[in-house]
Amino acid sequence: MDKLLEVNNLTKRYSQGSLIARITLTAVDNISFYIKPAEIFTLAGESGCGKTTTAKIILGFEEATSGAIYHNGKLHTRKEKAWITEGVQAIFQDPFSTFNPLRTVDSYFHETVRNYRLASTKQEAIDRIDQKLRLVGLTYQEFAGKYPNEFSGGQLQRISIARALLTDPKLIIADEPVSMVDASLRMSIVNLFKQLRDELGVSILYITHDLATAYYVSDRIAIMFRGNIVEMGTVEQVLMNPRHPYSRLLRDSIPQADPTKRWTTTVTLAELEQQEYLRQGCRFAGRCPDVMDICKGVVPVDIHIDDVLVKCHKYSDTLVAEQAVASDS
Amino acid sequence: MAEKKAVILRTENLQAFYVLEMQGTKKVVRAVNGVNLEIYENEIYGIAGESGCGKTTLLKTLFNEITPPLRLIDGKIYYRINSDEVDVTSLSAEENRKLRMEYISYIPQGSMSVFNPVLKIKGTFEDFIGSHVNGRSREEILKLAHKRILDLGLPQNVLDVYPHQLSGGMRQRVTIALAASLNPRIMIGDEPTTALDVVVQRGVIQMLKEIQQNLKNTIILVTHDMGVHANVADRIGIMYAGKIVEEAPTEKIFAEPVHPYTQFLINSLPKFGDKTMRDSVPGSPPSLADVPTGCPFHPRCPHVKDICRQKMPDFSQVDENHKVACWLVEEGERHG
Amino acid sequence: MRTLRDLFKDYRFTFSFIVLVIIVVMALLSFFSPFDPTLWYVVPRDLRPSAEYILGTDSNGQDIFWQATFAVRNSLIISLISALVSRIIAILVGMVAGYKGGAIDRVLTFLGDSLLVIPLFLIFIMIAMMVRQHMNLAVLGLMLAAFGWAWDARLIRSMVLSLREREFTKTAILSGTGTIKLVLKEYMPFATPLIFSTLINNMSFAIGLEITLALLGLVNLNIPTLGTMLNWAYFSQSILLGRWWWILTPVILSLFMFFALYWLSVSISEYLDPRTRIQRVGA
Repeated sequence: MDKLLEVNNLTKRYSQGSLIARITLTAVDNISFYIKPAEIFTLAGESGCGKTTTAKIILGFEEATSGAIYHNGKLHTRKEKAWITEGVQAIFQDPFSTFNPLRTVDSYFHETVRNYRLASTKQEAIDRIDQKLRLVGLTYQEFAGKYPNEFSGGQLQRISIARALLTDPKLIIADEPVSMVDASLRMSIVNLFKQLRDELGVSILYITHDLATAYYVSDRIAIMFRGNIVEMGTVEQVLMNPRHPYSRLLRDSIPQADPTKRWTTTVTLAELEQQEYLRQGCRFAGRCPDVMDICKGVVPVDIHIDDVLVKCHKYSDTLVAEQAVASDS
Repeated sequence: MAEKKAVILRTENLQAFYVLEMQGTKKVVRAVNGVNLEIYENEIYGIAGESGCGKTTLLKTLFNEITPPLRLIDGKIYYRINSDEVDVTSLSAEENRKLRMEYISYIPQGSMSVFNPVLKIKGTFEDFIGSHVNGRSREEILKLAHKRILDLGLPQNVLDVYPHQLSGGMRQRVTIALAASLNPRIMIGDEPTTALDVVVQRGVIQMLKEIQQNLKNTIILVTHDMGVHANVADRIGIMYAGKIVEEAPTEKIFAEPVHPYTQFLINSLPKFGDKTMRDSVPGSPPSLADVPTGCPFHPRCPHVKDICRQKMPDFSQVDENHKVACWLVEEGERHG
Repeated sequence: MRTLRDLFKDYRFTFSFIVLVIIVVMALLSFFSPFDPTLWYVVPRDLRPSAEYILGTDSNGQDIFWQATFAVRNSLIISLISALVSRIIAILVGMVAGYKGGAIDRVLTFLGDSLLVIPLFLIFIMIAMMVRQHMNLAVLGLMLAAFGWAWDARLIRSMVLSLREREFTKTAILSGTGTIKLVLKEYMPFATPLIFSTLINNMSFAIGLEITLALLGLVNLNIPTLGTMLNWAYFSQSILLGRWWWILTPVILSLFMFFALYWLSVSISEYLDPRTRIQRVGA
């Protein structure tokens, strides 16, 4: 199986604080995952879980503390930006800050075409741009010469996608692309992702905290909590039958647009974020409904059950059992 | 048949526009364009609509925060204070200030701007509460605040940290605690859960419900997320281009939406566990500076007729609590 | 030219525009002067303004009006050189320090801050005394430039620091834009009002400083400038002797220039401010 993008043991640490009291926060803690061609892979989790930091490291905007990233089998070093910007592109959360408010939006397109030598005449450039715009439901006429504040948020986000498609990338990193868009307009953008995967064979790293759209659109999903991947597998398995208590909590907290399905249980959010990061043992132990003594002291290991990876002490019996079976045979 | 509730806030044909003049050009943004609302006590009323439909402006006017370039063009706003109906637009600045926080409080979007960044959280609490409640010492105020914080399930030490040390979700919850600290009769929330994670969002919604159940007050909530409304609102008003186009109890809005726009809104939301193809509302909302004639939804409506382009429909009662402003209903052609 | 039309609606811009046009015309008139400004006793001395000598004549036997045209021209040239050169240095230093950060930033900031803390005036006096013989317009302009860039470089640097974190920087990088082009294309539009208003302020500063140095006798008094005219008029006791036409000419001209430059900078930078610009864009 060829892997389009492979992330191995990626770690990123930050130190914060003053001269006297410095603490080290591990924003990304030894994570590993891969993305196949023509697949939508979701990295899900709340804010502060490290998913955006991971994206920044993949794009080269930040440097990892340790770990390796492979693109099409080739090791990525931060110095070589060229391969990343041609094969990999990105779209960001806030469509209005993605573009410079004092520049016309089409100037970015023309610049990309120029920098990557994608066309030899002005007309060719316009044709190419128009083609990409049509993919997202817009035309060159209604877009040329306009400034960002002349478009709506949804339109601008689609334009952002068109810009990312200009260089025919094989991987698009989408960092919370719909969280600033109205709930009623999210479908159109997310449907676009499906189209890109099916018609153009583009893979998408979809970073979000909205599990509803994640379920709707992705193939595989990894759930992150405070820097760790706590569960990873196909979206059917992880979201329909979540094993890790945190995945279960996330899934149960999705507000359903159906008044007959209101929440009946309550959640506790009684700790400050920072305290959770600095926990020994499992970081979720503070709020886990199934917490055991071992969770507070020992960091759980990755356990594979039915092609799903879970990082939880609850399943360590399975591991022990598996090991027993393995050593027997 | 439920007991008839008293109306606590009422608007009559409310019109509030932004009048902008920039270097010679004049632009009028019709943010609130003829809104008639009747909000009862002891309920959670949700206002739903896309960005740019005027809902934030509507909230500002309901809170009586009408400052230039926003101008009150027409209409009235009434609060029911101790069984008297008071016309809020005619109050003085000092009377207004007294109402704030004690009678009606506001939870803004973007919780960072509520807290003074150089004071610890308890400092802001002292400022707010102290300026409304005379004769209480600092200790008493702090005790009040502390109790409130604990009641709402927030961590103990939240009063002793600075705003930037809290995450966005935590700040939002502390903002709500602050807004509820003087037991106001009406609380207004502008997108209180937008940009929050699902779990925190759930916590915030939970908190609002708890407060409402304990204080038996009214909460007016504005958000574009129908999922949030489904979980928390008793009644919902759908807003489009500065007007309310449909209003009904939550169950009815979801089960039997009548207005074509409401139907689109509901069908555009993903249902968890359901991968069938869904799509967003076609087209995009009109700019409030350039509202279409007649019914503002007509350019995007699949059932548009000639009369829709010419005249804005009045409300028709579909049911006892359910009203719609649509020519289809007036002329008896409902599309389910 | 909608820009110009919009600008004229601001009365401050209109006033300064008119004044500056007059001043530029005066400067240009100097090329038609019938008198050589370095020659003395070409006309009768100390005559009051009359039809023949519009602004009268001075104690050195020069026609004040034609002297003034040269004075205005030279002051403008000095201030332009100073302002333009210091802008260029400020932009280069500020943008490089802001974008690159690290060691380069620290070195450049240190240089700039040193220039800010040193008492400029005393240094000027020292340098001026040393180069007085070789002083011409260009040298004076460059000297003034060397001391005018530090403050603005700081402003530009902090602006670049904040713009660097904005998301459109990432978009530009993903579009394949190189560093230099990025900084110029993306950040310059934000810097324009700053640069423009500081340019004009720098011109005012240069003219003012030149006048001060001239009054102290630290420049080449043979080159007619607003400052040297003042020097001559003052030290020839024109006030005492009631020869108001000689001393008032450079004073009034300077005052008008300062006013006009100030109002010009204020009205243009308000117009160019990104916040009001964004509101106007696409209206």
